[in-house]
Amino acid sequence: MMSEGSSFMKGMILGGIFCLVMSFFETFNSGTHSEGHEHLHHHLKPVSKDELEKLSESQMSDWTLQVRVYCLIMVTPKLLVHWATANDTWSKHCDKSVFYTSESSKALEAVDLQEQDEWARLRKAIKHAYENAGDLRWFFVARPTTFAIIENLKYLVLDKDPSQPFYIGHTEKSGELDYVEYDSGIVLSYEAMRRLIGMFKDEDRCPERGHALWKTPEEKQLATCLKYSGVFAENGEDAQGKGLFNKKSVSSLISDNMGQNPADAVEACCSDMAITFAGMSPSQMQVLMYGVYRLRPYGHDFHDSLTFLPPKDSDND
Amino acid sequence: MKALGARSAFYVGFVVGTCTLYVLLRQVGFTRNVGSVEPEAHKKSPLEMVEEENKNWKKERLALFNLNHPHHTGEDGTLADALYKRVRILCWVMTGPNNLEKKARHVKATWSRHCNIVVFISSVDDPDFPTVGLNTKEGRDQLYWKTIRAFHYVMDKHGDEADWFLKADDDTYVVVDNLRWILASHSPEDPVYFGRRFKPYVKQGYMSGGAGYVLSKEALRRFVVGFRTKVCTHTSSVEDLALGQCMEKIGVVAGDSRDTLERETFHPFVPESHLTGTFPKTFWYWNYCYYPIVQGPQCCSDLAVSFHYVDASHMYLLEYYTYHLRAFGYKYRYQPPEPSVIQDLNAPAPDKVEIGDIEEKLGAEEQEGEKKSLEHNEKL
Repeated sequence: MMSEGSSFMKGMILGGIFCLVMSFFETFNSGTHSEGHEHLHHHLKPVSKDELEKLSESQMSDWTLQVRVYCLIMVTPKLLVHWATANDTWSKHCDKSVFYTSESSKALEAVDLQEQDEWARLRKAIKHAYENAGDLRWFFVARPTTFAIIENLKYLVLDKDPSQPFYIGHTEKSGELDYVEYDSGIVLSYEAMRRLIGMFKDEDRCPERGHALWKTPEEKQLATCLKYSGVFAENGEDAQGKGLFNKKSVSSLISDNMGQNPADAVEACCSDMAITFAGMSPSQMQVLMYGVYRLRPYGHDFHDSLTFLPPKDSDND
Repeated sequence: MKALGARSAFYVGFVVGTCTLYVLLRQVGFTRNVGSVEPEAHKKSPLEMVEEENKNWKKERLALFNLNHPHHTGEDGTLADALYKRVRILCWVMTGPNNLEKKARHVKATWSRHCNIVVFISSVDDPDFPTVGLNTKEGRDQLYWKTIRAFHYVMDKHGDEADWFLKADDDTYVVVDNLRWILASHSPEDPVYFGRRFKPYVKQGYMSGGAGYVLSKEALRRFVVGFRTKVCTHTSSVEDLALGQCMEKIGVVAGDSRDTLERETFHPFVPESHLTGTFPKTFWYWNYCYYPIVQGPQCCSDLAVSFHYVDASHMYLLEYYTYHLRAFGYKYRYQPPEPSVIQDLNAPAPDKVEIGDIEEKLGAEEQEGEKKSLEHNEKL
């Protein structure tokens, strides 16, 4: 009787110590691991205002050149109205914007890839963009149902070296795979593009036509190919940790946040330096164009270290 | 038998020990949760919210006095601040008891924070919100009565504390900073009023009620005198038209509120309608606008002052677009000229009354003032 009791007690104490040791080990391990993981891979923020202020004139002009963006806008004739809207609005702020279509439309100009499969189309577009990049080093891939504020994209990648692999956007997890959500736009650096195109040749790990019976969405196929070439998805966010890439419309995000205390709706909904919104109607996109590039309260100025000029031959910005 | 019992007891004890300590540690929060990184948004408790409100607003005599002109992180608001001091605007918002929760509180949470003084005009006094009750009923036919009494009320209670007096509905969104830009080039001693100018019925035109309109101090004085001398009376319940007719009679000029590129600033509809809408040719709007209607991007100034038919969530959307969302480093195409009043910043502002002075006078004035306004309202 006594020996059983004491055995039980010994067992309990040993169990407790075991648990303590394991949790110490776990925190220490996952702490450094995730910290390291976060620091290098997960969250990407813009350069701080202090850093910007320390820059010299020449550094500033170097960065202005380096941060130019090639926009790949993946369209189909079904999305004609959004296509026309993207053409008339935000795409004018890309340094080069090219529309890639599944089949040509008489109404609007585009590179006709003559390809119905989305993943195959994306691959062709990426190859075409890389070959025609000139001296542009940043690439932004989106559908015309997305609205992008390119100046804020430039702000995010301003101090990042495009000869390093970068794959940025709103990240989601699918099992073990971190991927960038297509609807909220995908940012790729020149090096990421280069590696990706290299990976396209690998028919086993990065096939053009999937072998499976079901189709994997192209955003996940992209993430897989990039992962095999050592490029990992990073979530773009502002200094306060708010996501910059949104897969919803501005009005949805505001409604979502109006619940408990509507007065917080504006602060909580979205970042001041938001880069993308998705799921907006063409007229909502025109209003957003006005809201970003024109509507403002007189007398409130921001002395940003960089200047981006309005595009030529445009009147809605 | 004994050895077996002891061993199993040991194992059971081990498991129990592990589990107990795990639960204990979890409670303390020691073990790492498999949760995502929480955003830094700090949800304020109701008490904190009230405290913050008290820092920024002073509730006095059923009006809200803005103590701090709202500032945004990272911005240089010196120009806006200068205008805030020089061009003092009292905003009165037409609302009613049924609309306080549905509409008026969203006005309170957004654009009215940029006025120097805000008064919510209702049919019932509500010291909490706060609203002023003006001895009227509710309903469309009461609009001009409410307007007449509201202007008399603000002249009486706050006449010395502001230079310009804006009327807005609880579904109007106003960018008060842009209103200051327009008004800064005019004197409050001029008999003038501004809004979205309509042309029918009144020779010099009249201002759309829904889009909001603003009277100079002199215009307000003449309005009050006009009613005292019966030059103006309650002619109809069509508030904006009736007011416009009165303005013409008392010699108040209907001003041109367009920007330096002749683009409208006060708007009777939401931005989407003006920017993308196609008004059918039979729509009344085509026959009403005093100035040529422009559809598409040039419909609206960058320095827009107002939009109408703005519902609750739209208020926050416009607040986000106006005061928050921006494009980094973007040089705006339209570079508005600085208003002339900025150039003589060193000159003292006319009739400036500090909040401190108001506090002193409060005790003595209040009783007298209330007696006077009671008489006044009875006459009307």
